[in-house]
Amino acid sequence: MSSTVQEIAEERQKARQTDAGGRTLATLATLLIGIAIVSLMIGSYRLTLHDWWSVLAPSAQSGTAEIVLLQVRFPRLLAAMLVGGGLALAGTAYQGLFNNPMVSPDILGASAGAGFGAALGILCGFHVVAIQGMSFAMGLLAVWLAWSIGSGLCRRGDPVLMLVLVGILVASVFTALISFAKYLADPYDRLPAITYWLMGSFAAINSKDIKLSAVPILAGCVPLFLLRWRLNVLCLGEEEARTLGLNTRWIRLIVIISATLITAASVSICGMVGWIGLVVPHLARMVVGPNYKVLVPTAALMGACFLLLVDDVARTVAALEIPVGILTALIGAPFFLFLLMRERRGRA
Amino acid sequence: MNLTLENVTGGYASRTVLHDVNFSLRPGEVVCLLGANGCGKTTLFKMILRLLRPKNGCVRLGGESIADWSQQRLARSFGYVPQMHTPPFAFLVRDIVLMARAAHLRPFASPGTLDMQIAEEALDSLGILRLASEHYTEISGGERQLVLIARALAQKAQWLILDEPAASLDLGNQIKVLSAIRELSKTGLGVLMTTHDPGHAFQCASRVALMSCGRILALDAPAKALTGSSLQEAYGVRLHVVESPDHPGMKMVLPNLS
Repeated sequence: MSSTVQEIAEERQKARQTDAGGRTLATLATLLIGIAIVSLMIGSYRLTLHDWWSVLAPSAQSGTAEIVLLQVRFPRLLAAMLVGGGLALAGTAYQGLFNNPMVSPDILGASAGAGFGAALGILCGFHVVAIQGMSFAMGLLAVWLAWSIGSGLCRRGDPVLMLVLVGILVASVFTALISFAKYLADPYDRLPAITYWLMGSFAAINSKDIKLSAVPILAGCVPLFLLRWRLNVLCLGEEEARTLGLNTRWIRLIVIISATLITAASVSICGMVGWIGLVVPHLARMVVGPNYKVLVPTAALMGACFLLLVDDVARTVAALEIPVGILTALIGAPFFLFLLMRERRGRA
Repeated sequence: MNLTLENVTGGYASRTVLHDVNFSLRPGEVVCLLGANGCGKTTLFKMILRLLRPKNGCVRLGGESIADWSQQRLARSFGYVPQMHTPPFAFLVRDIVLMARAAHLRPFASPGTLDMQIAEEALDSLGILRLASEHYTEISGGERQLVLIARALAQKAQWLILDEPAASLDLGNQIKVLSAIRELSKTGLGVLMTTHDPGHAFQCASRVALMSCGRILALDAPAKALTGSSLQEAYGVRLHVVESPDHPGMKMVLPNLS
């Protein structure tokens, strides 16, 4: 019952080949840097490398170029990368947690809650920082509601299934509340603001938004990154994961808190940007396989690249900027269909 | 370390499945758990694995109650082999087996070279190292069952708890799995497995626990525990235990359809 030495050597060789995750990550990181450089250059105000030099060099005297680069494009670039990478990471983690590749980070109501918070803030005419704060708080509140109601009911069945069902309920209640806020809003002033905000856009990002939102987004990413190998075990389902030594209740709580911090913070600065958390994990899984050890960083880098590209399209393709949330849906849906078709032919 | 159940009573919120179950198993023996559908075999497993908590009584390992053990300590004591399944993602066989190392690694750690070696040894000991780089979702049912046993071995637990390891396997693979289990018990591992085939119990069990309606009817050597009358009580149909005339000592169960 033992293999020959040659067989084992072949095995090792194969293992090294499948272990190409490192190379994929390096390629993606290079790609991200490339896209970032191009993103900083293109736009309605063209910035050449020479302009960069004049901004970044000591004793710089640049005027417009400096304002465009440091106050407009750079915060926007960071926001797109943070939100794209964060949402992709949250979606990847959720798909493992719920053992379902069709789950996205808003499944427990984080987006709907955050959307309602923002709509309410706009309705009441609050300052933009207060709107963001309310949005973030409501996102957390929605998921907290789903978690506590779901935990209360889980004695009656599978805790994960209960959580999803309650999450869908909470999300639909908050979606209804968004509609109510819109109904009450002044149709000439506040209603367009709410609608535009819900479409999702990076147009109004400034460096203060970045400072405020980077903290919760990164605070959510770090635990997911550290726990990434254990997420594999979680994919086998609640009971099996426990028999393999996982404290599933704690890990579930950590994953949900982390993903919620990311999603609520994202929605609070740039509105609802859908599809990333669903599509990017699939793409990443197609490239590196389902092992979360490699999948998590791959998905994060891909998400950052993807949203950066989409945002570049959003602000350059037409004279008027297109809300990025519309584009992610327009690009994401057919792209997802393409992935599904390829998966059907190849491997799930 | 002996695995002991003391007056274990319990089940689900609305229904008590197990009634006052008592037994003690020794490491190195293979114990087959037999009984009709719904008699409480799975519930008994869940109590041992602490997926359910008893309403009354307790499960002890080496004399110590497992009620307050950490999930990791529990996983280092009991390796569980579920009935084969299809996970939602196409993991490699190697990755599936490596997941067993979660019982030994610190929370933020991922498996290293040593863990990889343990996983490969586990696969090799069952003769399926060649499957290591295959996708778990693409191998045959028998191979998946062997992979799950390999995973439980890589868990390096003292007890193996197997849920119908031979169900849904062809005859050849059934024998392979049963003899692999028998070999493992010789290394000092305790084995508790359910089966629907009394023949399996005759072939590989050192003792048989026969269950009916949430109680242990008999816990003894296969020839003593499995008799026509005890089987009839457990399954509710008329059964005969016969000895093969050509192979003395080999027993089988035949139904009486008339």
